[in-house]
Amino acid sequence: MNILQVYLTLAAVLFSLGIFAVITRRNAIAVLMGIELILNAANLNFIAFARFGGMNFSGHIFALFVIVLAAAEAAVALAIIINLYQNFQSINVDEAQQLKQ
Amino acid sequence: MSNLHSIKYFIPELIILATVLIGIIADLFYSKKKSYLTGNWILGGLILALISILLHNLQNVTTLFTDMVALDPFAVFFKLIILIATIFVVLISRYNKEFTDYRVGEYYVLLAIMVFGLFLMVSAVDLIMIYLAIETVSIMSFILAGYLKSERRSNESALKYVIYGAFSSGLMLFGMSILFGLTGVTKICLIGNNLMALEGGANFALMISFVLILAGFAYKISVVPFHFWTPDVYEGAPTTITAFLSVAPKAAGFAVVIRFFHIVFGDSVALQAGTWLTQTEIPWAQILALLAVITMTLGNVVAIQQDNIKRMLAYSSIAHAGYMLMVLPVLSSDSIYAIMLYLFIYIFMNLGAFFTVIAVKNITGGETFTDFMGLGWKMPLVGFVMTVFMFSLTGLPPTAGFIGKFYLFASLIKGGSQFYWIAFVGVINSVISLYYYMRVVKVMYFDGEPQKTISNPILPVTLILLVLATFIIIFGIYWTPLADCVRNSLIFYIGGL
Repeated sequence: MNILQVYLTLAAVLFSLGIFAVITRRNAIAVLMGIELILNAANLNFIAFARFGGMNFSGHIFALFVIVLAAAEAAVALAIIINLYQNFQSINVDEAQQLKQ
Repeated sequence: MSNLHSIKYFIPELIILATVLIGIIADLFYSKKKSYLTGNWILGGLILALISILLHNLQNVTTLFTDMVALDPFAVFFKLIILIATIFVVLISRYNKEFTDYRVGEYYVLLAIMVFGLFLMVSAVDLIMIYLAIETVSIMSFILAGYLKSERRSNESALKYVIYGAFSSGLMLFGMSILFGLTGVTKICLIGNNLMALEGGANFALMISFVLILAGFAYKISVVPFHFWTPDVYEGAPTTITAFLSVAPKAAGFAVVIRFFHIVFGDSVALQAGTWLTQTEIPWAQILALLAVITMTLGNVVAIQQDNIKRMLAYSSIAHAGYMLMVLPVLSSDSIYAIMLYLFIYIFMNLGAFFTVIAVKNITGGETFTDFMGLGWKMPLVGFVMTVFMFSLTGLPPTAGFIGKFYLFASLIKGGSQFYWIAFVGVINSVISLYYYMRVVKVMYFDGEPQKTISNPILPVTLILLVLATFIIIFGIYWTPLADCVRNSLIFYIGGL
């Protein structure tokens, strides 16, 4: 197994864990952490391909942008969750059930 | 084109960025009661950007910032419809009573940043830029959906939006990373070429990567199975934002989808009859067709059961995404032309429907069918324009919606006999949609009686509604100039320059 495969496997595992967290967790913060795992799995892929796959620098640049956007997204999401706590006194995703058919 | 040379072709976007900065600073000087005045600055900036786009004489198709964004008539068309939609939304936001207790300066600024993101989205030709633009738009819409901070429903819609949005853009990003690994490039015009050179063994990875990328796009245009956020977000968000989200990001999402699929899979001979050039043996056309059929059927069937008008319109917007998606498998110039024409008309009729909900909510305070009861007698003008919008959304002549639907179905029939079944399902769906659109009309006229005192919304709101309704009727009777304008915008960058 060459080094690229090792990285890709790790990224795939991280990705699956992230999806698992998003689907199973009820705590909004834990869901966010799952999303971060997915983003970082993609980052790992980009870097691994760029470094070991003999490709150009686009992969590195892509990963840098993703880091920045992940931070912005986390900031907004945390703000929304704080607001959720103020309105519902809970950060449980299931508690937010005002909108239903 | 190099970075410095690009700047002079980037003026509309720069104007919007300057507007954003001016808006932030201007907002500092207004008290809470006067903070709506920031909207005037933003409105001015948007109109300037509109003028600068119209004045700019586009000689040839080119790319800016070393092949990051394309400058072509296709992008210009989408920028124009996004600007038109935003200007209407900014105009009506001033009169939306949901905002009475809030400072609205940031609201307009965020809206302007979103327009910037949408501009990048419709012109992006690089995976990095597509991702950046989609995220810019998404993050702004998360904030705007939760703008009514102390209202639980708005807060909940923002939470659902942020989770679904971040999740599906994460999926899309992972798909892009695999695609990057397979092809070694991020420019979508090169991806198509490099895919040709791939060996058969990569098919599985390629399929996963495209399914994941499609997930990101499908979320943006709310296609099944990534539509779950749509009804909740549309119902909970401030109505002006709902109106905006249902048209502008959807239009931009379609621009990205068309560009991506056409450049990666399409025939490189610009926009000839649809051929899906791919060696991967994955039936993309059939997958898209199936998604479209499921989307419109689900949207229409679930819309029937809704009691909240906003929620009903949310499902109807899912159904409309299905109508537009159903012609994408044809991938011919006729089908893309039909999508663009439909989007243009869709913006007017959907904005109109949501603006009517605002006008009614301002007076009755609610947005369910009971609030619309007898509206045709209490507020004859609002009742009349709502009827026009409902007719148009159904696709009945003599409204513009009929023209849009006509072109959609015509392009399907022209595409060949393998698409007839989609057209058949589409027609059945239009009939289903007639039921719930006409239910609104029925509630407005038959569940009430003539009143002695009639009322109208305040003058500016009435004017905006009348303008939208007039456009719909005019385009329904005399659509040749519109069709020509769309036809001329059908040129887009396909790489190799």
